[in-house]
Amino acid sequence: MMKNRSAAAPFAVWMLLFTIVPLGVVVWFAFTDAAGHFTLDNIAAIQGHLGTLAYSIALGALATVICLFLAYPLAYSISRKTERVQQTMVMIIMLPMWMNFLLRTYAWMTLLENNGLINRFLGLFGIGPLGMINTNGAVVLGMVYNFLPFMVLPLYSVMTKIDSRIIEAAQDLGSNGWQIFRRVVLPLSMPGIVSGITMVFVPAVSTFVITKLLGGSKTQMIGDTIETMFIGQAANYNVGAALSLVLMVLILLCMAFMGMVDKDEEGGLVV
Amino acid sequence: MKTLSKIYNGLIFLFLYAPIVVLIIFSFNDSRSRSVWHGFSLRWYEELFCDKEILNALIVTLTVAVIATVAATVIGTAAAVGMHGMNGRLRRAMMAVNNIPMVNPEIVTGIAMLLLFAFIYRSTGWFQLGYGTLLLSHITFCIPYVVLQVMPKLRQMNQHMYEAALDLGCRPVSAFFKVMLPEIMPGVVTGALMAFTMSLDDFVISLFTSGSSAQNLSVTIYSMVKRRITPEINALSTLMFGAVLILLILVNVSQIRGQSKAQKA
Repeated sequence: MMKNRSAAAPFAVWMLLFTIVPLGVVVWFAFTDAAGHFTLDNIAAIQGHLGTLAYSIALGALATVICLFLAYPLAYSISRKTERVQQTMVMIIMLPMWMNFLLRTYAWMTLLENNGLINRFLGLFGIGPLGMINTNGAVVLGMVYNFLPFMVLPLYSVMTKIDSRIIEAAQDLGSNGWQIFRRVVLPLSMPGIVSGITMVFVPAVSTFVITKLLGGSKTQMIGDTIETMFIGQAANYNVGAALSLVLMVLILLCMAFMGMVDKDEEGGLVV
Repeated sequence: MKTLSKIYNGLIFLFLYAPIVVLIIFSFNDSRSRSVWHGFSLRWYEELFCDKEILNALIVTLTVAVIATVAATVIGTAAAVGMHGMNGRLRRAMMAVNNIPMVNPEIVTGIAMLLLFAFIYRSTGWFQLGYGTLLLSHITFCIPYVVLQVMPKLRQMNQHMYEAALDLGCRPVSAFFKVMLPEIMPGVVTGALMAFTMSLDDFVISLFTSGSSAQNLSVTIYSMVKRRITPEINALSTLMFGAVLILLILVNVSQIRGQSKAQKA
């Protein structure tokens, strides 16, 4: 066995300083006031943001479900292609992810505007203009667009390992399409579903740019609230820290729940 | 059924690419309009290259990405080698720490670092938000990607090769460079590439840790989008998309070449 444990020392020190200690500092800020004295006021202040929190969870969950339903058939059909085609199609799915996240969202802004391309196109048929921008629908669309690859990739990487002969065997034994899906493909793709859901839900719930660009001033998610607590005139680090803490605990609970569904040790990181 | 699935896949690809295509087309539009075509022009590209704010941001983005990638690759590779020699419990604990930045929402990671820097700044006057703090935060979120890419390669390699090198009189350091590193190189390269792209593209963490003196491209784009809407952004997106496309094609071609070589051998 190789023993070079000390090689991990710089990593251990670095992660302690810049990952663990900062989380401790978040807790410290959440439980103190501006002068540094212990207080529970920040935690109490969260009550005023419970509505925003619930709204964020609802939108995030909706976007996650839509991503799952859109991605599942796509991932399955990719996984049944030849290896060369699979590689190309995965590339095509991943390519937009390398374009700056803000620019992708900005692109939708220009499409959905009242005098944007979609409305102009509809106008040719005498429809519209439809008020698409600055709605909840636009925010969900933005999330689905940005996070869809995070759902496709884990699904695909699990499905590509499903042996086609298993499906053929099920067919030979007289299963119809639905039974094959329900009894064979779905159970075998479960780890991919679980990691896909976590990979979409976490960034969707905590997003704050998409709401700003596509949702207008009416919509605010918990991420927007947290941002205003740290940047701008109304900054309040202590309440912001308390809100971040709540968001983190919420997501850790979700992960723990998903971890119970999926026993695979590295399930969350299948890409 | 087959045509149905082809149509479905086509629609998804259309959904993924339509906005990008529209953005690219309108970057060549000879007008401020984002929906009416006024003729071909390169004026937004010209204005882009005269925009000092954007050029500065580009320099910050690239230098931070390069330095963060090098640092994260060295620390992460060393960490993976060290963790590989650890027993189960200690290794699991280290891996759990490694996974914290990956599972935590980015906004929480960003805020945690902002608060750390603010805390130190208040008590000592060091770590004012700027280039240094931006770089520190980028190294931090890049390290886990390298560790996760190198670990499986260490597990796959022949464990006795390194010992054999030691038995034959190699010092541990040169055994690492001569025997172990070539074996795990694909993981190191993938990890470094992932770290580089993550750093280039990062917005959320950078927004909180960069302050006003050293903004990277994403943060600059954010303030541009908030302030005013200009077709310069379209030109910038087109260039960035083109750069990424070329990079990916190059990486993929070399990968496919490597694979066919491996198959021949």
